[in-house]
Amino acid sequence: MVITLSNVSFSYPEDPKRPVLDIPSWSLSKGEQVFVHGPSGGGKSTLLNILSGLLASTEGQVTILGQRLDKMSSRQRDRFRANHIGYVFQQFNLIPYLNAVDNIRLASQFSQTKKVSLVEQEIQQLLITLNMAQKDWQTPARNLSIGQQQRIAIARALINKPQLLIADEPTSSLDKVNRDAFMTLLMSIVGDNDISLLFVSHDLSLASYFNRVDALSDINRIKEEH
Amino acid sequence: MFAKLALQSLLDRKGSVVLSIMAMTVSIFVLLGVEHVRHQVKDSFSNTVSGTDLIVGARTGSLNLLLYSVFRIGSPTNNIHWQSFETIAANPKVKWAIPISLGDSHKGFRVLGTTRDYFEYFSYGKQRHLAFEQGEAFNDVFDVVLGSEVAKKLAYKLGDKVVLAHGVAETSFSLHDDRPFQIVGILKPTGTPVDQTLHVSLQGIEAIHIDWQHGVKIPGSALSQSEIEQADLQPKSITAFMLGLKSKIATFRVQREINQYTHEPMMAILPGVALSELWQMMRILENTLLLVSALVFVAACLGVSALLLSSIRERSREIQLLRAIGASPSFLFLLIELEAVFITLSSIVLGMGLLAGSLVLSQGYLLAHFGLHIESNVFTLHSLILVSAMAVASIVVAFIPSLIGYYQARTINK
Ligand SMILES: Nc1ncnc2c1ncn2[C@@H]1O[C@H](COP(=O)(O)OP(=O)(O)OP(=O)(O)O)[C@@H](O)[C@H]1O
Ligand SMILES: [Mg+2]
Repeated sequence: MVITLSNVSFSYPEDPKRPVLDIPSWSLSKGEQVFVHGPSGGGKSTLLNILSGLLASTEGQVTILGQRLDKMSSRQRDRFRANHIGYVFQQFNLIPYLNAVDNIRLASQFSQTKKVSLVEQEIQQLLITLNMAQKDWQTPARNLSIGQQQRIAIARALINKPQLLIADEPTSSLDKVNRDAFMTLLMSIVGDNDISLLFVSHDLSLASYFNRVDALSDINRIKEEH
Repeated sequence: MFAKLALQSLLDRKGSVVLSIMAMTVSIFVLLGVEHVRHQVKDSFSNTVSGTDLIVGARTGSLNLLLYSVFRIGSPTNNIHWQSFETIAANPKVKWAIPISLGDSHKGFRVLGTTRDYFEYFSYGKQRHLAFEQGEAFNDVFDVVLGSEVAKKLAYKLGDKVVLAHGVAETSFSLHDDRPFQIVGILKPTGTPVDQTLHVSLQGIEAIHIDWQHGVKIPGSALSQSEIEQADLQPKSITAFMLGLKSKIATFRVQREINQYTHEPMMAILPGVALSELWQMMRILENTLLLVSALVFVAACLGVSALLLSSIRERSREIQLLRAIGASPSFLFLLIELEAVFITLSSIVLGMGLLAGSLVLSQGYLLAHFGLHIESNVFTLHSLILVSAMAVASIVVAFIPSLIGYYQARTINK
């Protein structure tokens, strides 16, 4: 199992009386790609932040790659995230004033799993795999198109060879053509490298790329009250 | 890579960063400058006399006597009789005595009447004696020995003739132009007022004043050179004299004897004591200057912190991103500190460069007008300590934005 949740509940410390998540049980097995959809404000980003260790669950057991996140200190969770989890966001995936290569290299610095000499080679390989023209490698990220930025974001997320990739609506700022290209590329890379993917979005049209589709409302017992 | 991240992030905010660096550079320049000049002035003053146990002159303030006789600053003191000098010089406890007679000038440089003993016994710095670059001490009534600066500034060489002027104004109308002096020696640089001085014999001083009365030339009188040389050139009075004693232990005894000398009111001062009196007086001024420049520096540090703090607000997404790729909150603390250190370091480099540059430019002026020799090398141990203290201070002040960055990194915002 890559992810196992049992009796996980969460409420923001700022607002402790309002639970956001209450998940009796949920899991993701190795090499699986799951699409989780739910309405805005349903707690998708919150769930991903708990899985990546940015947030600590209020209660319950969070097991990622056999390790109990809920038993780790926040520093240990930071290290664990750097070493094992790749993250792609809807936007602002890159430091705007650094170029593609530096953005990816920066991500590699937080993990201790790599030999420095190999990193440069792997950065180039990733950028080629992601169809980045060589002339754009040295351009500051803010001067690249959104489509290019999102592709570099995948490279950045994959540089430490994570076993789990978490994507939080990475396509919502892309147009249809770019979105399809992005999805095809992403699915082929995770497939080739046997990476487990947890992809959340409210855009159900993306569900066709996945063999497993979960509704957050089926996972989470807390319902959004309007 | 982390240093690169900090540098690139600063470069990304060039405008405001450059302004902060400028503010900090100026503050470092002021702080280092005040400290450097303060030390150099002290060194320069303390180096001017050494080995002189007592300075004797007419009764006046001890500081005034010191400043006038050694540094040639301040108001002239009354003269003392030659007879008194001879009496005291004959004291068995006295090893050497150098009379000095001031009051004339040449193109803004002071003329000092003295004896050949001056070149033998006078010492400065760490017991260093005067040395000749060219030529030798005066022998004749109309011989003159130049300080190194005088020779350099006025482009004089051995054998040239110079005309002395009465009084010390830069352009004097009462010239002793009928009695030119010949340059027989040029001294090596000392970094003291000696460099700014023309040295003649006491007889020379006497000779140019022989037909003068009360500072005015007697009209129509023109004694020939040979007439003067035959005249009685025994000096009647001098400005002050310096004493070296056979034993330091006797210093206070001799001082008391001179102060109680019955034929004429005189005072003897210990140069070291008078100097420390001077520092005492300057201490308040010094400390005020130092305090003000330290405050200017703190203000610049706070400016840098304000800059970093406002950048944190703009960079909240960047912080979230760094967290997502595995940066811990303490990494962000260090990153912001690193940016502060970069700003401080570049300001230190610029500030020191600026200081060294302006010292080189003002060196000549200070030496010419105040007899102060200010070293332009700012890379002394003392300034290194000061610079490290400033670096530490800026790191401490940058704690404020860094801690805020740290807490910002601990919370997840939408
Ligand atoms: N930092 C926070 N402090 C307090 N409450 C928060 C915080 N972040 C999110 N919430 C609340 O938690 C709930 C879930 O938010 P979350 O961002 O996880 O939703 P989402 O499913 O990702 O929505 P979207 O599709 O718009 O991104 C919302 O009600 C939100 O108001
Ligand atoms: Mg969300």
